[in-house]
Amino acid sequence: MNIAVCVKQIPDPATPYELDDANHWVIRPEDQVLDDTDRSGVEIALQLAEATDGTVTLYSMGPSGSLQGVRQALAMGADEAVIVEDEGLKGSDALTTARILAAAIQQKGFDLVVAGTESTDGYTGVMPQMMSEFLDVPCLSFARKVDAGDGQVTIERQTSTGYDVVAAPIPALVTVTAGIEPRYPTFKGIMQAKSKPVTTMTAADLGVSQDATQVIRSVEPVPAREAGEIVEDDGEAYQKIVALLEDRKVI
Amino acid sequence: MGIWVFAEEISGAPSPGSLELVSKARDFGDVSVFYVGAGSDEAWAALGDHGATAVSHLDTGSTLPSGPAAAALAELVGDASVVLFGMGNTDRDVAGRLAAKLGKPVVANVLDLSVDGAVSVKSEILGGTKAVTTEITTDGPAIVVTRPKAFTASPSGGTAPAVTTVASPDSGRAGAAAITEQHSEDSDGPSLEAADVVVSGGRGLGGAEKFEMMDELAALLGGAVGGTRAVVDAGWVPYSYQVGQTGKTVKPSVYIACGVSGAMQHLVGMKGSNTIIAINKDPEAPIFSVSDLGIVGDLHEVVPQLIEALKARA
Ligand SMILES: Cc1cc2nc3c(=O)[nH]c(=O)nc-3n(C[C@H](O)[C@H](O)[C@H](O)COP(=O)(O)OP(=O)(O)OC[C@H]3O[C@@H](n4cnc5c(N)ncnc54)[C@H](O)[C@@H]3O)c2cc1C
Ligand SMILES: Nc1ncnc2c1ncn2[C@@H]1O[C@H](COP(=O)(O)O)[C@@H](O)[C@H]1O
Repeated sequence: MNIAVCVKQIPDPATPYELDDANHWVIRPEDQVLDDTDRSGVEIALQLAEATDGTVTLYSMGPSGSLQGVRQALAMGADEAVIVEDEGLKGSDALTTARILAAAIQQKGFDLVVAGTESTDGYTGVMPQMMSEFLDVPCLSFARKVDAGDGQVTIERQTSTGYDVVAAPIPALVTVTAGIEPRYPTFKGIMQAKSKPVTTMTAADLGVSQDATQVIRSVEPVPAREAGEIVEDDGEAYQKIVALLEDRKVI
Repeated sequence: MGIWVFAEEISGAPSPGSLELVSKARDFGDVSVFYVGAGSDEAWAALGDHGATAVSHLDTGSTLPSGPAAAALAELVGDASVVLFGMGNTDRDVAGRLAAKLGKPVVANVLDLSVDGAVSVKSEILGGTKAVTTEITTDGPAIVVTRPKAFTASPSGGTAPAVTTVASPDSGRAGAAAITEQHSEDSDGPSLEAADVVVSGGRGLGGAEKFEMMDELAALLGGAVGGTRAVVDAGWVPYSYQVGQTGKTVKPSVYIACGVSGAMQHLVGMKGSNTIIAINKDPEAPIFSVSDLGIVGDLHEVVPQLIEALKARA
């Protein structure tokens, strides 16, 4: 089975994000990391590829810069990567991203596309669904477990009250939650990643252009909630909680 | 013109989020609802009572709704100004597919919107630290995905809406996913989203069995139990317990966070609570920056003491 995995490189979430005053876009540092959610996607893809003697191809779109994040996914075991890199795509919305990634995935062909449910920095959580429409495949979303074989993919889909088992014929697209524990790259994996094929394309190569569909009018800081009283527990701190619960009339 | 609201059926009724959206949509004109589920007179009455004047009803049976729902909705929305969605999983699936079909953008994580000629939305980005106002500059329906509890469900006393049954469109491969089993993991007690008190456990609890302590505390306060994604991913509690960006949004009178670090994705789902109490052994934990009362200490000591004190009063 040929599996396409969408992986996003993002600024390290551990360092505070800065916005560019002129266009309100997140300032992307040269070094970007692999989004944690996508690590779970790579893990699922590797397991399915191992079980079916298949291949795993990574797809990532972003401004040019280091490929540290993509290398992390190659080091986990993915076979190759396709990068769409284009200065003209800076500030792209989910719709343009979906058009680009779908076009790139289409070029090589696929049995299954794997993406995260939502990215850590953008968290619109709709890009994969858009992509599934452009690829004309069913979208099996919010999967906490994925099985594939015999031309079919089956997932456990998280719902607000529990979970559903959902099945579809391949080709299909699945989005995975972070619940799937990703493997750590081995030393050998890290060394091999350096020589794995990485193909770079531009939007023009794929025949996609970006339309401006929205304008940011203003960006303002949200007033922080005021922190209240902080007390060190001396064995009696629970009484403070009781007193506050009384004050708020919940007891 | 007009405005559409997407409503998914959950446990036999319109999702709570959809009633919030219908209530808000009244501000902008006649409200049409696109309803996915089995449907019932009670469901139509609830929608009408919140201001819906028309309902288009699609029952996709055991087909995963997103393919057929997006195909049907694309035919219906015409020149509507806005199509409103919540952040539910099916909401987002349909919103994304619909946007791709219509070639329109989606704005997500929206907290407020205005429709006066142009559609403008307010959303929070970067974990809720920055508020952005965005104007949508394309013609035709703006596809807007809103955060739960951004608006309040308020009955208008409207009568039952006109209900039209939508025939399931042939959505080809997009509609090829089937639901083969459904599992409910609901807990007893009040629902997390409606509870007046929420007791929430994080990885600091140390193990699944420690959630018994959370259950006990919640029962004493007439509240519901929630958790972080870390404890859901660890399998300690089901996903239906998850509070935060990818889980539920709660605004109870009192939120008690035990062993929760306070990652921004968690805060997004609970910082609207009236009073926040946190117990964490790390004085630097970010949860303290939003707490009205922060106890720096071991939850395995503080929570049992609290439970005993509450029992003694009962
Ligand atoms: C795209 C995306 C979406 C996400 N969505 C969500 C979401 O919806 N909800 C969510 O919650 N998270 C979400 N997360 C995950 C989030 O970033 C955090 O990883 C998660 O909230 C951490 O959970 P935690 O606080 O239980 O665990 P930790 O961060 O591990 O915190 C445990 C805390 O317990 C404390 N502790 C340990 N022992 C004790 C003790 N004995 N007594 C008292 N305190 C103790 C520690 O000091 C620590 O602060 C999301 C992440 C991403 C990237
Ligand atoms: N620029 C990108 N390159 C590759 N994958 C992406 C990109 N943007 C989003 N994705 C994928 O789509 C998922 C959802 O992203 P989002 O819609 O931004 O929340 C992510 O977890 C990724 O798997």
